[in-house]
Amino acid sequence: MSVTPDSPSDLSRRVVLQRAAAAGLLAVPAAGLLSACATGGDDETQEQSEGTKSAENPFGVKEDAALEVVIFNGGYGDKYATDVHEPLYKAKFPKATIKHEASQAISTVLQPRFAAGNPPEFVNNSGEKSLDFGALVADGQLQDLTELWDAPSVDDPSKKVRDTVVPGTIDVGTFNGKPYVLNYVSTVFGLWYSGKLFKDNGWAPAKTWEEFTALLDKIKAKGITPFGYAGANAPYYVWNVILTHAAKIGGPDVLKNIDNLEDGAWTAEPVKQAAAAWAEIGAKYLDKSFEGLKHTDVQLLQNQYKVGFYPSGDWLENEQAKDTPPGFEYQMMPLPSLTASDKLPAGAVRATAAEGYFVSAKSANPRGALEYMRQMLSTAGAKGFTEVVKSATVVTSGSAGYAFPPGVASSQAALAAAGPNVVNLFFDGWYKELDTEARTATNELMFGRIKADAFCDRIQKKADAIKKDASVTKFKR
Amino acid sequence: MRHGKYPFVIGFLAAPVLLYSVFVIAPYAQAFQISMTSWRGFSAPKWVGFDNYRLLAEDNRFWQAIQHHLVLLLALPLITIAIALFFSFMLNVAGKSSGGKRSGVWGSKFYRVVFFFPQVLAVAIIAVLFQTVYRPNESGLINGVLMKIGLDPILFLVNPNIALWSILGVLVWQAVGFYVVLFSAGIASIPGEIYEAAEMDGATRVTLFFRVTLPLLWDTLQVAWVYLGIAAFDAFAIVSVLSVDNGGPDGATTVLGLEIYRNAFTYSKFGYASAMGVALFFLTITFAVFTLRVTKRESVEY
Repeated sequence: MSVTPDSPSDLSRRVVLQRAAAAGLLAVPAAGLLSACATGGDDETQEQSEGTKSAENPFGVKEDAALEVVIFNGGYGDKYATDVHEPLYKAKFPKATIKHEASQAISTVLQPRFAAGNPPEFVNNSGEKSLDFGALVADGQLQDLTELWDAPSVDDPSKKVRDTVVPGTIDVGTFNGKPYVLNYVSTVFGLWYSGKLFKDNGWAPAKTWEEFTALLDKIKAKGITPFGYAGANAPYYVWNVILTHAAKIGGPDVLKNIDNLEDGAWTAEPVKQAAAAWAEIGAKYLDKSFEGLKHTDVQLLQNQYKVGFYPSGDWLENEQAKDTPPGFEYQMMPLPSLTASDKLPAGAVRATAAEGYFVSAKSANPRGALEYMRQMLSTAGAKGFTEVVKSATVVTSGSAGYAFPPGVASSQAALAAAGPNVVNLFFDGWYKELDTEARTATNELMFGRIKADAFCDRIQKKADAIKKDASVTKFKR
Repeated sequence: MRHGKYPFVIGFLAAPVLLYSVFVIAPYAQAFQISMTSWRGFSAPKWVGFDNYRLLAEDNRFWQAIQHHLVLLLALPLITIAIALFFSFMLNVAGKSSGGKRSGVWGSKFYRVVFFFPQVLAVAIIAVLFQTVYRPNESGLINGVLMKIGLDPILFLVNPNIALWSILGVLVWQAVGFYVVLFSAGIASIPGEIYEAAEMDGATRVTLFFRVTLPLLWDTLQVAWVYLGIAAFDAFAIVSVLSVDNGGPDGATTVLGLEIYRNAFTYSKFGYASAMGVALFFLTITFAVFTLRVTKRESVEY
């Protein structure tokens, strides 16, 4: 900090630093502007394109307006969008350009765009890194889909779109009375096994708990891990099993209470019974190392005939198509009854319309995205989807006459056999923190670190905390 | 030659200060601002004052993460520096001296390159690599061998008692190479005569290490400690990719970075996440100041 003798300078380092700091101060207003935009995107709504409404164009789409489509590249891939739905839209509006993007981390890609106020029009919000639907709804980011459901369907203008889908579809995407999300894929949950393995060993799917544990014992005796799931990233596959089982024991209201954050919903007797039953399965029939594996690892083990039952939804068959050996023959079994006094019969299943799609209310061309959805919901759109991903859509005419692969065929048969005994739950999409807590607690329970009571208590505690948190928007059904 | 000196010097200094203010100071300041709101990432934030901090004080996960940072803060620098010091001593001065010039043990040129390998790999790749190393069944690198010889597999990342230490192992493995190079440079600048004189007086390798190398490396060690401490406050990428159930089992490996990420991008609680970020900021600053104060001492002139 000394002045060198040969240049007696009044310009000491300190002075220079002071002046530089002053220059830095000039930068602060600029920084203020920056901060204004990072959390902005609220009052400035961008110009939205609008054309003229007609019978052919019920939403009034401007025919040359660009449309951006973002698809989650997961179990279903994104080929159905590029090969089926986008060409349908393009055929209707040849002048429109479609920008297609596929991502495995929707929130990473889209969060900044929502914050900046220029979200893409159409989004398939799914996967581990999906955006929080609850927060999106609470912030008014989602387009109300009432207009879509009331629009005439593509195939038969005398029918409304809402009359072409499986009953209950719209409810699944409804938040506090308004439809915001299109859940497109018909999904059935259950326990999956290899038809070949069972046939070769003369095993039959179980209907009661005694049959089930006896079967697991037989599988174990063969040197096969009887039950498996991935603790590293997919414990929710098992809370799904536990809760579906609880609904079988105590009736669908068990799940309704959980979704509505009722007091003591998680500590209710049916939930405890189901948790205790599955903790037993975890202790006796689960490989401890599975806690460190990812879902694809365990699914692969099953494809190698090393795992008996695997809990999942019917996307499983398509997801594993590449790794499934010929003749493996996926089959789905509904959860067995726990006791003779169960409220729902053994055939009851959890089924839902899943895989959420939404239209961004603050995007440049929401009308185009509504039309895109209408095209998805046409017979051609649904058939095309089913042919590409081999899963049924919510469009009733979409899978007529289509021969499903064995796994989906068995889950569709189970769904048909269940009749009105279909249950569903929503809390994971509404309150992600509760989902996380349930996942953590599930691993603790299944790998033997806590008992059923503690499992119920800790999730209940989280549910109570969320109920009290005023910043979280609540949903009811 | 004093004409134009002011504009020149200030011009040079202003640009970096400007960039620094816009890209570093401003985001930090904004984090403070957001931490006082209940912003959910989409529309305008609501001001809630210190509410987020009050919640933070009651949040078990937050305290769990802090505890893990304290463990890492002690263990990571200690272990890394100990191993790196040992290696660099062996590589540089532990061998025979010829003509007054000391050299490393046999093969030191080869090891020097090998030790630096982990530094070249991206953190994410290291994490994926160690997923295979730690895999809990027979397809894991370590457990495959253990199970072949009939032992039970070690559930590295699954057993809550050892999960954090398994993660620490990866952090150390990754960091050692860099500090070997850093200490090697430090040792290289220690005059050979000192070693020679000490050796003539009959000093063993151990004495050489503790009486000569260590004191003369003090400044470098201090820098290493601060760097490693700051690394101990991060560990986000490794934990995020490697740990089961994101920081699990049951939060046994979670770190603040992960909790911030989870609250911001999974729960859309940006205000709360920012409050955690601010806490992390103060922790890091406190640590750096504290370390520099505590380790302050006269450097040896030679």
